[in-house]
Amino acid sequence: MSLKTKDLLGIKGMTADEIKLILDTAATFKDVSERDIKKVPALRGKTVINLFYEASTRTRTSFELAGKRLSADMVNISTSTSSVVKGETLLDTARNIEAMKCNMIIIRHACSGAPQYLASRLKSSVINAGDGFHEHPTQALLDMFTMREKLGKLEGLTVAIVGDIAHSRVARSNLYGLTAMGANVRLCGPPTMMPSGIEDKGARIYYDMDKAVEGADVIMMLRLQLERQAAGLFPGVREYARLFGLNKARLERANKNAIVMHPGPINRGCEISSEVADDSSVILDQVTNGVAVRMAIMFLLSGGIKPEA
Amino acid sequence: MNILIKNGHIIDPANKIDEKLDLLVSSNKIEKLGKPGSLSPDKAQIIDAAGKLVVPGLIDMHVHLREPGFEYKETISTGTAAAKAGGFTSVCCMPNTNPVNDNQAVTRFILDQAREASARVFPIGAITKGSKGEELAEMAELHASGCVAISDDGRPVMNAAIMRRAMEYSKIFDLLVISHCEESKLSDKGVMNEGAVSTELGLRGIPNAAEEIMVARDIALAELTKARVHIAHVSAAGSVRLIRDAKARGVKITVETCPHYFSLTEEAVQGYNTLAKMNPPLRTAVDVAAIKQGLKDGTIDVIATDHAPHGMDEKSGEFDFALFGIVGLETALGLSLKLVEEGVLSLTELIKKLSLNPATVLNLKKGTLSPGADADITIINPAEKWVVDASRLKSKSKNTPFNGWKLKGRAVQTIVGGKI
Repeated sequence: MSLKTKDLLGIKGMTADEIKLILDTAATFKDVSERDIKKVPALRGKTVINLFYEASTRTRTSFELAGKRLSADMVNISTSTSSVVKGETLLDTARNIEAMKCNMIIIRHACSGAPQYLASRLKSSVINAGDGFHEHPTQALLDMFTMREKLGKLEGLTVAIVGDIAHSRVARSNLYGLTAMGANVRLCGPPTMMPSGIEDKGARIYYDMDKAVEGADVIMMLRLQLERQAAGLFPGVREYARLFGLNKARLERANKNAIVMHPGPINRGCEISSEVADDSSVILDQVTNGVAVRMAIMFLLSGGIKPEA
Repeated sequence: MNILIKNGHIIDPANKIDEKLDLLVSSNKIEKLGKPGSLSPDKAQIIDAAGKLVVPGLIDMHVHLREPGFEYKETISTGTAAAKAGGFTSVCCMPNTNPVNDNQAVTRFILDQAREASARVFPIGAITKGSKGEELAEMAELHASGCVAISDDGRPVMNAAIMRRAMEYSKIFDLLVISHCEESKLSDKGVMNEGAVSTELGLRGIPNAAEEIMVARDIALAELTKARVHIAHVSAAGSVRLIRDAKARGVKITVETCPHYFSLTEEAVQGYNTLAKMNPPLRTAVDVAAIKQGLKDGTIDVIATDHAPHGMDEKSGEFDFALFGIVGLETALGLSLKLVEEGVLSLTELIKKLSLNPATVLNLKKGTLSPGADADITIINPAEKWVVDASRLKSKSKNTPFNGWKLKGRAVQTIVGGKI
């Protein structure tokens, strides 16, 4: 089995079967990371480039480990050490990398659409590791993997995503994926952080967090970008935490087995209390699963010939 | 040299002419019109315009010719060649060159470069020095050296007090003040219309209100100052409504829109199409309908192109970084003729918005085929079907979202001052 597309650019437009294929494949890769020898030869001889135009610890490392555990040759490029500082265009940089013969380029970029732009102009497979406010498909896939692992299914789940929806690629990708898988999505945040027209995309909108988490199976908290205070999106951390922060009391309104997620990095005491983050969340499971999901994606995009385990 | 244009369908809104007539040009002026076959000058070059429309030379009151400073995008020579190819005999060039056209040296340079150009060039001077929105440019000098209007196009005059003073001061010269209406704090770093598509693409949006607020401000300032104010490139339904109300109250204000605002919606941006990135941005179907209604009921006086040439390198790449604007001179007529086909405008009304009205707004003695007028004439074949081929545009830049579009009707001959 393999994905029919050359690239993974977004969740929008993916079918439930395609998502299920990735999640099922990830399940078979998960135990590779638990072994003594954390390596399979699936991508031996393949060259994969991590091209990161935005700071990232989790995602970049996760992709790097995923590639290495599949035996790919991984190269990391970050903007501060590349020709980008000399004014080279994105396409020129990517073409030069491709001229050295690579198979896959993983790109993170602050501009929405940058991965699409490259994908339509390169032969290599392109994986979107997050572009602007557009999509972060591997994050949504690892989130769905984690939900399915913890709760046994995706269909019928009620998922509340809380925070700055307008500026969140994680929220968009999860909304598309969860909707495709038959889950009910609630989006919650102040109106200043709700993007225009989002109400027509299949989610219910809440400004009252107590109501948004009522009976939810999953509460997904988003990181608050503190610099958005200056743009007038919220008055201050104190009020934000009171209205849209997840604490123990609020968590009790959710279903008994509800799980708490966060794509990280977290602002302790702001969108999530330390107590909830440390005692009641699956944040670190998400990170663990991220490696397996990214292994599955790289494997499926490269043709999907099953490794001998 | 005499030119006799025979058998054409003459449309001259200024004289309410809409019939088959012959037209004689001599000494670079319109000599006279007469029944087909009635004019028989000696030694005239004859143009058979059977089946064609013969109309006053089209006037585009909003173009960017990029010279001086950005000659790699366009020059006065290539820009006017594009104008001529598109049927425009006159263009007004915006002052956002480098240096900005905020003094007579730049105005004179432009007019000097335009002497051999394919179309007439009427410069528009800056409202403020360097178009920085801080101090008024020397308007007397700009006016005396040949500027026909003032505008800080592309850089909205955010300070209402400065805009007020500019309008007041412009009355000394009866100079038109053209406003690029954009509340820049509200548009902020926006790159497309704010709405469902921007949300889906994860691009920063520009709400209609960013335009409407400034349209409302400038209507109020026009009322306060009684100056002649013209609103550039209107894109939003609310702007049309505000202007309609203002005109009904008798406010002296005129307005233009561009072919892209009645031909495309924000959907054109899908796939991060940088060729659909312009400012103001492409809006929704509701806005397109309102623009058409505004054209139909006379709220919108003028169709202009906002011809904005850019090199392909700066018009491609990441959507956020691509520059705003498209070329328009060579597609405007074909796109506008669709309005006639759709029943939005009669042919006469359309020609009016492309010639007589901009001439009137600008106080130019143009836009008519009256005897004695300059022989600026556009001959249009309304039946010619053609496909837009960006690579064959006369403009130095090829940034058009209309590449591959099938259009009907184009200028087949553009006569500027009696020159074919």
